Amino acid sequence: MSEPLPVTVVGGYLGAGKTTLVNHLLRHADGLKFAVLVNEFGALPIDEDLIEAQSDDLISIAGGCVCCSFGSDLTAALLDMGAREPRPDHILIEASGVAMPSAIAANVGLQEGFRLAGIVVLADSETVQAQAVDDYLGDTILRQLKDADLIVQTKTDLVEAPDAVTRWLSARAPGVSVLQAKQGQVPRDVLLGLETSGQPSLSSHADASFESHVFATREGVDALELARELAVGGYGLVRAKGFVRDAEGQVQLIQIVGQRYEVTRFGRQMPVELVCIGLKSQLSTARLKALLR
Amino acid sequence: MSDITIYSAKKIITMNSSRPEASHVAVRDGRILGAGTLEELATWGAHTLDTRFADKVILPGFVEGHAHTMEGSLWSKVYCGWFDRADPDGKLWDGLKSLDAVVDRLKAAADVLSDAEAPVSGWQLDPIYMNNTRVTRADLDRVSTTRPVGVLHASGHIMNVNTRALELAGLLKQGINHPGIPLGDDGLPTGELKGPDAMTPVGAHVGFERNLLDADEGGLRNFAKLCVRSGTTTITDLASRMDGETVEMMLRVTGEKSFPACIVPLRFFMGLPAAELIEEVKRLKGLSTERLRMGRIKVVADGSIQGFSARLRWPGYHNGAENGLWYIAPDHLAELYERALEAGLQIHTHTNGDQATQLALDKLAPALQKHPNPDHRFTLQHCQLADAAQFKQAAKLGMCVNLFANHHFYWGDEHYTLTVGPDRATRMNACRTALDAGLPLAVHSDAPITPLAPLFTAWGAVTRLTASGRVQGEQERITVAEALHAITLGAAYTLHMDGEIGSIETGKRADFAILEQDPTEVDAVALKDVPVWGTVQGGRVFAAADL
Repeated sequence: MSEPLPVTVVGGYLGAGKTTLVNHLLRHADGLKFAVLVNEFGALPIDEDLIEAQSDDLISIAGGCVCCSFGSDLTAALLDMGAREPRPDHILIEASGVAMPSAIAANVGLQEGFRLAGIVVLADSETVQAQAVDDYLGDTILRQLKDADLIVQTKTDLVEAPDAVTRWLSARAPGVSVLQAKQGQVPRDVLLGLETSGQPSLSSHADASFESHVFATREGVDALELARELAVGGYGLVRAKGFVRDAEGQVQLIQIVGQRYEVTRFGRQMPVELVCIGLKSQLSTARLKALLR
Repeated sequence: MSDITIYSAKKIITMNSSRPEASHVAVRDGRILGAGTLEELATWGAHTLDTRFADKVILPGFVEGHAHTMEGSLWSKVYCGWFDRADPDGKLWDGLKSLDAVVDRLKAAADVLSDAEAPVSGWQLDPIYMNNTRVTRADLDRVSTTRPVGVLHASGHIMNVNTRALELAGLLKQGINHPGIPLGDDGLPTGELKGPDAMTPVGAHVGFERNLLDADEGGLRNFAKLCVRSGTTTITDLASRMDGETVEMMLRVTGEKSFPACIVPLRFFMGLPAAELIEEVKRLKGLSTERLRMGRIKVVADGSIQGFSARLRWPGYHNGAENGLWYIAPDHLAELYERALEAGLQIHTHTNGDQATQLALDKLAPALQKHPNPDHRFTLQHCQLADAAQFKQAAKLGMCVNLFANHHFYWGDEHYTLTVGPDRATRMNACRTALDAGLPLAVHSDAPITPLAPLFTAWGAVTRLTASGRVQGEQERITVAEALHAITLGAAYTLHMDGEIGSIETGKRADFAILEQDPTEVDAVALKDVPVWGTVQGGRVFAAADL
């Protein structure tokens, strides 16, 4: 059986930049085949120059990517995408502006053959604070932020003090990494998780605000306990992925996004090392080294 | 010159204020020539006097402003409700008062199926009346362990399934983490599925196809029979996705000479961006026929009160539940209102909670300033928790309301004790306040959520009795005359159809409800029990007994 298909849920209110972010990913797919699921085909979910062909419910995109609308039946759309030939490498679900991303993520969890790679919630630097106190929207916006594994703060160039907004966001969703982005530009590995090859490709993005390290891990660890510690121990990790060997000699795959962690038994022997990515300003390299070695 | 038929009646209640009562009504070409005395009507010339209604009471055909044709489709499944309910063929199904009785009826339905693996599906289960019994897959395993079994709750938001159904859907496993799928002590799902997200993956295995919103052909025919039995001649389908195939089927079926009702389907707002939705609904409007009237839009703003998904203003839910969910983004609603007003199309908006109602009011006001349209008649549907200030604002904005009078009977007690508490439960579906605010008023069943029966709905608005027999909110009761107006001209007004239906007067479509008793003469508490003989629709006579 093939590996579960990773699924990333992209949430946030209207205007937060979900479509921009998705288009940025498609534009820089680098051979990765994305399947994008949108609630409905709003006012052009995909940049026109990327579209190769379009039918009522499917848009074919340059580079083997596709976009389809799921309406009220996400399950059916997921299964369709999972059965596509060639198989997509990653599914992006663009949630509607008032949807709760955690509810969509829970549905992904019901389906065999899919794996939640993370919930990314976008927040518009200019409007998110006003939205959070809006009579109608406030609780919805705050619930969306709390749902996030990663918050992407967009339109930072349009406000005078983006860092103040970042601090405000961090206070609304304690422990969740907040990444600043312009025009949806966040390194793909950070946003969607590291590819199975395990090698970080951050250098190719030349993004100065992130750093990544590869740590060899000691033998005989309790994988679940280690994963939990990495996720919630305040190491400044945004993403981590890699392999450890437990006391029985079994290889375990650890995947972390924000405070979400997952441990799965891995059938093959692998080099036991862990790739850790975080914001330069936040990653506690020394503490990580002490924990892992 | 076409033929004139003059019907005599024990009494004709016209709802025409110029002439409220008559003894005869003349019909030509499916339309009303006039109501009056035989002598007056005979002045039109040669006619046939038809005396079959001589001992009946004739009212304008009832107009149901909020129902769903899917009720017709549901009757192909097993009725599991608490209350007695008549099916399209007139058979009265006893309400089931215990889980054992539900299991027995499902088992009886399973036993006559030849295919050993065919699903058994039931509907309208309401454990609220069974002391909120939690139904489990073990209960439904008593129906069958080999075939999938699924029962939809009356709310439409919860489904119970058996073990086989979970197996088929791949959900009989450990480690499920989903708010809509409770787990038992064994770590496996209990078989209760809450919300569409949890129901959809299993529904297809237990006979609940994915698109529940649209009726199929058999369902539409069944639905029409229910209309005749309840005296209804015009009825909305609120809402339909109206894909090409469904529209083609509805045009064909309603176009048949013997189809007894005028169907008014509203296009559900989802599935198309605002600009395209407007164009599509304009196109549909152009396809309308005498008995299929398209060209309106239904928007859903929030969820349901008993499902705790309605959007409430302060102080929120009585039991402390978190506020509900928006089903449309506020900005999206504003855009739809603007575009519809600009295009001259009408929108009906589902707002259960009072915050959702306020959102609709707040978004309509500026949209109207941009695109003034004094006769828009945008209608608030359900609008169950609105207070006097909101009703007054709605009236100022030129809106109509269609209140859920039946809800009060079926779930009023639960609202009192659990969802919104005594004070707000007392003002739910406040018909008196709405009328006093000057709002055009309709009342509805939301069939299949509650049974289609406009006289019952009128009774609900008049008595405000709950299922436990309490009068809840006596200040909000309306008179029989007001209630009868609400189920005829009132509902017609919300559809811009009051110029052609809703009363018995010259020029209007010959749509009549034929009753065995005079609803204005019986005790108000007996209004719901007035027997319906059948209908006349577009001048065609439909006897319930002949269906």
